[in-house]
Amino acid sequence: MDFDYTAEENAFREEVRRFIDDNLPPKKERDKNFLATWLEKVRAKGWVGFSWPKEFGGSAGGLIEQTILREEMALAKAPPLGTSMMGLAWVGPGIMEYGTEEQKRKFIPDILDSKVTWCTGYSEPNHGSDLAAIQCKAELHGDNYIVNGQKIWTTGAPWSQWIILLTRTQFDVASKHDGITCLLVPMDAPGVEVRPIENMAGDKHFAEIFFTDVEVPVEHRLGAEGDGWKVTVSALANERSSIGEVTQMFAKLENLKELVKSTKKQGKPAHEDPGVRRKVAQFEMKIAAMKYNGLRYLTKQIKGEPLSSETSVNKLHRASLEIEMDDFAVELTGQAGLQLRGGEDAVDGGTWSKSALNWPNVVIGGGTPNIQRNIIAERLLGMPKD
Amino acid sequence: MNFGFTEEQNLLRDQVERFMQDSCPITRVREISDAGGFDADLWKQIGELGWLGLLIPEAFGGLGLKWIDQVVVLEAAATGLCPLPMASQALASTAILTCANDDQKSNWLPQLARGEAVYTLGLYDDANWIDPAAITATAKASGDGYVLGGKKPFVNDAGSADYLLLAVQGPNGLALAAVAKDEVRITAQPTMDNTKPMASVDLEDVQIGADRLLPMTAGQLYHLTDCGALAVTAEMVGAGSAMLELTGEYAKQRVQFGKPIGQYQGVKHRLADMYVDLESYRSLCYFAGWCADDDPKELARAVSLAKGYASDAFNQIGIDGVGLHGAIGFTAEYDAQLFLKRSKWARPMFGDSDFHLDRVASLGGL
Repeated sequence: MDFDYTAEENAFREEVRRFIDDNLPPKKERDKNFLATWLEKVRAKGWVGFSWPKEFGGSAGGLIEQTILREEMALAKAPPLGTSMMGLAWVGPGIMEYGTEEQKRKFIPDILDSKVTWCTGYSEPNHGSDLAAIQCKAELHGDNYIVNGQKIWTTGAPWSQWIILLTRTQFDVASKHDGITCLLVPMDAPGVEVRPIENMAGDKHFAEIFFTDVEVPVEHRLGAEGDGWKVTVSALANERSSIGEVTQMFAKLENLKELVKSTKKQGKPAHEDPGVRRKVAQFEMKIAAMKYNGLRYLTKQIKGEPLSSETSVNKLHRASLEIEMDDFAVELTGQAGLQLRGGEDAVDGGTWSKSALNWPNVVIGGGTPNIQRNIIAERLLGMPKD
Repeated sequence: MNFGFTEEQNLLRDQVERFMQDSCPITRVREISDAGGFDADLWKQIGELGWLGLLIPEAFGGLGLKWIDQVVVLEAAATGLCPLPMASQALASTAILTCANDDQKSNWLPQLARGEAVYTLGLYDDANWIDPAAITATAKASGDGYVLGGKKPFVNDAGSADYLLLAVQGPNGLALAAVAKDEVRITAQPTMDNTKPMASVDLEDVQIGADRLLPMTAGQLYHLTDCGALAVTAEMVGAGSAMLELTGEYAKQRVQFGKPIGQYQGVKHRLADMYVDLESYRSLCYFAGWCADDDPKELARAVSLAKGYASDAFNQIGIDGVGLHGAIGFTAEYDAQLFLKRSKWARPMFGDSDFHLDRVASLGGL
């Protein structure tokens, strides 16, 4: 057990810090070309798709360097390393694992260069948590699949150019996990209609998508026909340690402490209130637990032991912490906490109130807490399936 | 960066767990606890295996290992709710290494390491206050030595100890008085968890020699408190994990409404929450164990994060574990209740969650 880094790892951390110092001006000084320049520079550094194999344009970076990179970027509150979050997180890895040579050549560079943004077509009106029960139909006619059906709650759909789409190619199957096929579809294909949905925070980040006789060439199928479930599961398993998120949550905790220090409750400084102190300490306790859970899982990965479903532990922590920290800040600041940006007494520019309205974003996306609990109970504790 | 255990540490853990299963199964734990919490034969075996001298340098007859190794042993022993005073022995060795002079170390540590004498440590006299002022027992200069006064109401494992290191207010500040069991009056107290015996120790008018008072700074007192909280947390990791396993096995087998109860989400999700909390305070505990020797300035915060989490979470694991069993969990005959009782014991030991979380807040700038 040791928490030290090697000389090479420390040198890499220094390199990242220097790069950030040189290329990340304070928010006020950033002009409209800033993001494009930033993306170009991190790409030139080889830090986009950092862990991806070199043959695909990645850097084949190690797990620890990857952790350091994420940690430093999160500490500096840097913009993302690419605009296609889902492309980098699972579409790219999925294509590298299951794609044809042509698909790799066609899609991977654009993900790395932030030229194409991907969204993920999983949930349907009647099938969310029960993902394998999807009904969106794809029928092979000649060299094309004809897709008919509907997706919903698709995050990023209003601005994405491509979608990784789970369809059903076979309805008469022994198990609902069979007969699912994964297709890669351009969002501007004839017959694709996107209707943005406003969420409770007032944003239009997700949408419903209608597919009417959409033709998808067979060469845009990812993996074999009927193998869509396998492709999905292994793509989602590409998630790495949650170190970057933990760093962001520590930063949020620091903001919360500043808020506590500048707030009065019942006319007295809030930081003297035992209940307030205990609550803030519990946030720190859980974020620290996420950090050390993450380091234990990272150590397992470095030793070459496959991760099972342990990452669900930190997902559950994160889901509840995000809600509780925002709600705590709103409640602590009383009626001023209710005000949104623009309000005369809005707290911290309305960040807490806005974030409190946005929590389902973090909590429901990628598996609800109850699904995470099922995963832990069934896969780690051996409970019989539902 | 490596937050994992070495092969030797994993072997040690397996060895201790196997020892508990083979030589001190839960039936034996109950017998030992009912008889006051000690078994000379088992203690001798543990001493011969070297597990009582882990923290003691080789020069004094120990293994010269670290607190993280001690965490491994205490955790593994607690999977079987070991009633023997292993944690107290470890804390006494840390107290001697921290506060004693070389002569005292040479005199006491070798027999402590071999288990030839049982030691324990008693710090605070207030039931619920971690502070130097919560030590009210006294030592006053008298002739060539000291005369002790007052009472230590809460001393773990005092009933089985041969020697007791007891915090007192001495002529020059805080100190540890080293007394033999025959020199003081020890009265066992009935408590909720008889796998963790507790006694009061009456010190009034007890005379000790000059070489039996170890000066102790407030910093050293807090260090010993932190090590105590770490030891208790390591035991909560072991006991919590055994409770989860016991409950999980029951949930797989117990059939109601035609299905194993572990198939119902109401049961499944409680078990998942138990796992989340257990794994989380486990990670914090291991980090604190590493800090004890390798990053002492981080120890207070690390221990408080771990004990602050574990105190309440293990208690909930105990409650849910018994609850998920239904009525059988409430019976004396079934073992689940023993784990719940252990959680009650662990909660206030070396600071409850209020103390530790408040310290986290202070250390974090509030």
